[in-house]
Amino acid sequence: MSRLVSATLAFSLLTASALSATPAFAGKADDTLVAAFAAQLPSLDRFYAPGREGFLLGLLIYDTLIYRDTQTFELKPLLATDWKWLDEKTLELHLRKGVTFHNGDAFTAKDVAYSFTFAADPKNKVFDRITSSWVDKVEVIDDYTVRFHAGKVTPLALQYIVQVPMMPAAFRENVGLQAFSEQPVGTGPYKVTGKRGSDITFERFDNYFDGGPKTKPGIKTLVYRTIPDVNTQVAELARGGVDWAWYVPTDQAKRLEVMPTVKVVNSPTFRIGFLTLDAAGLALPGGPLTELKVRQAINHAIDRHAIAKTLIGESAETIRTACNPSQFGCEQNVKDYAYDPTKAKQLLSEAGRGDGFDIDIYAFRSRPVAEAIVGYLGAVGIRANLVWQQYSAVVQQRRDRKAALIIDDFGSSGIADAGAPTKFYFNGAPDDQSRDAEVDAALDKAGSTNDADIRKQAFSVAFKRIADQAYWAPLFTMPINYVMSAEMEGPVPKDENVEFWKYHWK
Amino acid sequence: MKSFLIRRALMAVMVLLTISFISFIMLKVSGDLAISLAGENAGADYVEFLRKTYGWDRPLYIQYADWLWNALHGNLGASFYYGKQVMELVAERMPVTMKLGALATGLSITAAIPLGMAAGIRPGSFVDRAVLLIALLGGATPIFWTSFLLILMLGLNLRWLPITGGADLQHLLMPALALSFYAMPAIIRIVRSGMIDVMASDYIRTAKAKGLRPLEIYFRHALRNTLVPVVAVASVQFGFLLGGSVVVENIFAINGIGYLTWEAINQNDYPVVQASVLTVSTAYVVLTLFADIVNRAIDPRIRLE
Repeated sequence: MSRLVSATLAFSLLTASALSATPAFAGKADDTLVAAFAAQLPSLDRFYAPGREGFLLGLLIYDTLIYRDTQTFELKPLLATDWKWLDEKTLELHLRKGVTFHNGDAFTAKDVAYSFTFAADPKNKVFDRITSSWVDKVEVIDDYTVRFHAGKVTPLALQYIVQVPMMPAAFRENVGLQAFSEQPVGTGPYKVTGKRGSDITFERFDNYFDGGPKTKPGIKTLVYRTIPDVNTQVAELARGGVDWAWYVPTDQAKRLEVMPTVKVVNSPTFRIGFLTLDAAGLALPGGPLTELKVRQAINHAIDRHAIAKTLIGESAETIRTACNPSQFGCEQNVKDYAYDPTKAKQLLSEAGRGDGFDIDIYAFRSRPVAEAIVGYLGAVGIRANLVWQQYSAVVQQRRDRKAALIIDDFGSSGIADAGAPTKFYFNGAPDDQSRDAEVDAALDKAGSTNDADIRKQAFSVAFKRIADQAYWAPLFTMPINYVMSAEMEGPVPKDENVEFWKYHWK
Repeated sequence: MKSFLIRRALMAVMVLLTISFISFIMLKVSGDLAISLAGENAGADYVEFLRKTYGWDRPLYIQYADWLWNALHGNLGASFYYGKQVMELVAERMPVTMKLGALATGLSITAAIPLGMAAGIRPGSFVDRAVLLIALLGGATPIFWTSFLLILMLGLNLRWLPITGGADLQHLLMPALALSFYAMPAIIRIVRSGMIDVMASDYIRTAKAKGLRPLEIYFRHALRNTLVPVVAVASVQFGFLLGGSVVVENIFAINGIGYLTWEAINQNDYPVVQASVLTVSTAYVVLTLFADIVNRAIDPRIRLE
């Protein structure tokens, strides 16, 4: 018996020492920032890394020719030092000299040509191909001068260039895509140094070039940790196991706000929430949404302000146009539909729908928001049946002309131009449920010139018509919550392009 | 025995075919992979291009037949999301899931045997009822709830164990505890009923009459005969835990096959889903077969029908 007791005691002590939790990263003490993300990066090759996480990867280990300021959205030179339009379809850029990739290769014009040509080729099936597919040909003038020849006038060209990462042509061709996706090389402020499970480790690139808007990182090591469950992320933030997270839901963020070890910042994004209405009767020919008064009633029925402040975030703003107010060309002087359920009922009566009507409403993003909207519509007599599906299924339903009313949202893939959402939702696109010739003509005009004033005027005509005809029910902007260690300082972007290299310990 | 094995092999093939067909169809109708792959900002023409390139515009039964033909030739294809061969991905992720499953099974056996014994020695007593209550709670409590409770207690309040960040013993202990609490009840019940049967047998009465101490009777004589069916049950539980790891791997951020499957379902990445489902189903089929053979070996009265 005494042998049994001493064996048990020894085993317990051994187990306790083996299992005692030591933090893997100690934050400031280790000069390591551990950032939590809900989604894994399927590839470290930016061309095959989707979603917002892919964007961040693009900023960390790669650079683009042009940089966009995350607060003012001003375009600044990065790997290109200057650019000019030679004509409406030809853009010439001069490249920065003395820039090297992480493996020591020099960055030159052939890398630019390679990157855009590879991404533009549909056979390569890169994500966000739209940012390079506008390029017909990249002409290498000399080692530090390139010309882009666009297939047609592309007013969003500079916005697209901001998103295309520069790849090392020789190295990537040499090692092959599979190897590159695991051990990538870029010119960015961080380089990939390791992978353990789903943790990816980045380290400061000490030879990062000076003189540009991106700088050498203040924090030496960055760990990208995939934590799919948001409650676990919150637990780790509270414990100090991770130093940074984003997309933290409002209710969880409020709980974390009272803790002195973390700080919470609610910051805008380009994403907007809205309802799309089948005004052209594609899904429901002759249906209620083909009537202007019904669409206007829907706009008046929803208290967007209440939903925005309660369910989205304190910095969520209501919108009145089919674009994000911070995007170029997003006209704000349009017809506004105030929350007025009495007026909504009156409009329905005038449309001969005094008893209301039944309709399916599709949604995929936020259940509480969807249920709130269903509730507001129900209060004026519109009996909306909530159909909850995945994003891709809902989009396909609209394109197959089966979904007439959708609670949708759109992030414009970070493009700071009203041409981004309109290209997708109007002008004869498969998701266009308005099919309005006047809107189409105005958007054609905005899309066929680089002249900012002409574009602004054309957008104004389009958005005024869209609002008058209530083709959408624009709802709100969708800011997100960033939560980070209180020992750290760094800017919070207005476009989700987190600049980790600007973070430093206090 | 030979005919039993042949019959079971044929049944296994039918089960795997049915599972693969159902998961294929369910995934295909739940979303559109072309839209997911193309991205939010992609034009409809590029989505169509992807659909045609990958053959996703063909009827579903043709797509399934295509996949099945390749699978039967050992080619389960490549992940559209990861760009890697799916078997490479499964081989990468399987070890940590196996480790987690083995640890959870070990913990459940370690806890369930003494509890089952204590209950079986005195059926109807307070101890017996308390143990049955634990078994009931284990079966009724959702794994995600147990997981969050453990995170709160051991990870946040007491800080005894890390929550995420690795796949070593420290990091796997909490998720294994959550899984073992769910797997325990079946083993508790089999040990309990085994003990009740054994304690009523003649040789135990003889041992008591010979004046042997109670602990010696329980551990040296009764337990040996009780343990054998536990092996069979535990192997089935292990197979079950492999499939049930999806929730736990998500919550504890473990890069195993459960998380891979969940991510693949979200992305409509059907080659990965098919491979994961087949791998886990095959493991489960093999383990249940093993359990049947063990039961037959223990008790020749059991005919392998």
